[in-house]
Amino acid sequence: MSINRRQFLRRAGMVTALGIGSSFVITGFRKKDAAASGYTKAAKDMPAKRWAMVVDMSKFKSEADMEKVIEACHKLHNVPKFPNTKDEIKWIWKDDYHHTFAGGHNEYLDEHVMHSPFMVTCNHCENPPCVRACPTEATFQRPDGIVAMDFHRCIGCRFCMAACPFGARSFNFKDPRPFIEEVSTEYPTRTPGVVEKCNFCYERLADGLMPACVEKSNGGLIFGDLDDPNSEVRKIVSTKLTIRRKPELGTQPSVYYLVGGGEHA
Amino acid sequence: MLEKALSGSKRYWIWVTLLLAIIAVGFVAYMNQFNNGLGVTGMSRDVSWGLYIAQFTFLVGVAASAVMLVLPYYLHDFKKFGKMVILGEFLAIPAVIMCMLFIVVDLGQPMRIMNVILHPSPHSVMFYDMIVLCGYLLINLVVGWTTLGAERKGAPSPKWVKPIIYLSIPWAVSIHTVTAFLYAGLPGRHLWLSAIMAARFLASAFAAGPAILILLCFIVKKVSKFDPDPGVGAIQSLVKIVRYAMIANVFFYILELFTAFYSNIPEYSAPLRYIFFGMDGHYSLVPIMWTAVVLAFLGIAMLVFPSTRMNKATLIIGLLSIIIANWIDKGMILIVAGFVPNSFERVIEYAPTLNEILVTLAVYSIGMLLVTILYKVAISVREEKAN
Repeated sequence: MSINRRQFLRRAGMVTALGIGSSFVITGFRKKDAAASGYTKAAKDMPAKRWAMVVDMSKFKSEADMEKVIEACHKLHNVPKFPNTKDEIKWIWKDDYHHTFAGGHNEYLDEHVMHSPFMVTCNHCENPPCVRACPTEATFQRPDGIVAMDFHRCIGCRFCMAACPFGARSFNFKDPRPFIEEVSTEYPTRTPGVVEKCNFCYERLADGLMPACVEKSNGGLIFGDLDDPNSEVRKIVSTKLTIRRKPELGTQPSVYYLVGGGEHA
Repeated sequence: MLEKALSGSKRYWIWVTLLLAIIAVGFVAYMNQFNNGLGVTGMSRDVSWGLYIAQFTFLVGVAASAVMLVLPYYLHDFKKFGKMVILGEFLAIPAVIMCMLFIVVDLGQPMRIMNVILHPSPHSVMFYDMIVLCGYLLINLVVGWTTLGAERKGAPSPKWVKPIIYLSIPWAVSIHTVTAFLYAGLPGRHLWLSAIMAARFLASAFAAGPAILILLCFIVKKVSKFDPDPGVGAIQSLVKIVRYAMIANVFFYILELFTAFYSNIPEYSAPLRYIFFGMDGHYSLVPIMWTAVVLAFLGIAMLVFPSTRMNKATLIIGLLSIIIANWIDKGMILIVAGFVPNSFERVIEYAPTLNEILVTLAVYSIGMLLVTILYKVAISVREEKAN
């Protein structure tokens, strides 16, 4: 049987339409129920509406106290140590007051305050510009407010890095694996070409544990559900003077800095 | 019609071979980047977009500029552009393809590019940019090929193509508007966070794009028997478009400067202070930016005075000045300086690496090869008709 070009095109078109149509039908009938598909909620998972962190710098007595916190996070999450700053990856780090709270420069501020260090990390904004920018939903906001990343979906366009007003995101410019001193089995390593950042240790929260940095901070980092009126973070934020980075941008950062320090809550 | 690109003079083949050689070198450079990651470029945690995305931005403008011929010719029946319209469309096609290639070479995980379609995200401007760029490519391919095919047969263009031509006009505006929105909607990047961004993009595009087209017409006239402007003044009409577009572009830029400096909000003027005067001991963009300023005004002057505008030599200098000024502004500084100073008000500079430059040159060579092929087809059809 021979067919002419017109017939061939018509039949090819029909087969294509059938294929696309039936794929929609199949996905339409897919079971939406997570439990039915064999996935269940982690037994010790700590539920929250909005995870938040309060940074109380008065609790950090020395540089070593801060390094300990950074080390705990970076070790756990297989954050590589690159020799040059160009390729640097950081989830939590320290910067001085003057640069952390850039914008409101006060020239009469005491030199000591100006250069006193602050812990900085992803702010897990309530209105995250990075999530809005991402063209593949590789970065997304969880129901508990955590801004998370899917390293397998990220195409490495770095639109999120341009969108983040806090410089919280790092990109794997090089293969990170050779630069991990000691591989942790608690968290996956990454491939080159994807973006990463702090995840508020959602993998630990699922096991009923506090984030690694919080655990090592001697009370300098306080973590909890801002939506819960009885949580420590909520009590501090509602009764003490706290500041946030670039609040004027309307992203509603979830990391608060306790000013003046002292006993909280 | 494509077979016409397969026969040509010795000069034609030398040119094609030269481009293929540059593409081959760039391909090797890209393989190096593909295997070793974007660490082989000058981009960093702080300046996370560089030469590639800047070229993308510049070339979207070149692609959009075809509308400066299509609109007068089809909407205002401006017959002078009759012979040039196809050259505008055939410049837009390679320009869009180059845009897409620059996006691909900039990706950290290029093999996953289909994720943009598999997981469509209507809240991301990049989603819309993908749609408008693909659409614009398709429109220009259909329109260019159909109108030229009809011309070859000596028949009028089919009726169904008319609505697509009209659609191409707002679509051209949309590609550059959406591209501006990629930047203009980001909080915390003060150089980009500007309502006039899209308007300035269009103005600079309508200056640089037609300027490139005029230079291409001069080349076409030189290397073939086809004259895109057989004494009807099409080029001089286009020169006026370039001139006013460039004046509008400079005007819009001055508006940016006024708001940033008179308001005296440090964050708003910081990137501009870095560009024009340097900051914290970093000056790498300062001489480049002032070169662009001088060239912009020189170009406008050359195109304003009738004596320099009518003289081919001075006209070419004027057009080149405008193209280079726009390229420096959009194809380099605008993107890079958007990240400087960084979110911590620290100045971390960017400079492209050799590997990055080789890849960039290869993408431009692919574009030039496509221009060459498409123009060869168009010119051959025209020469055929003339005989």
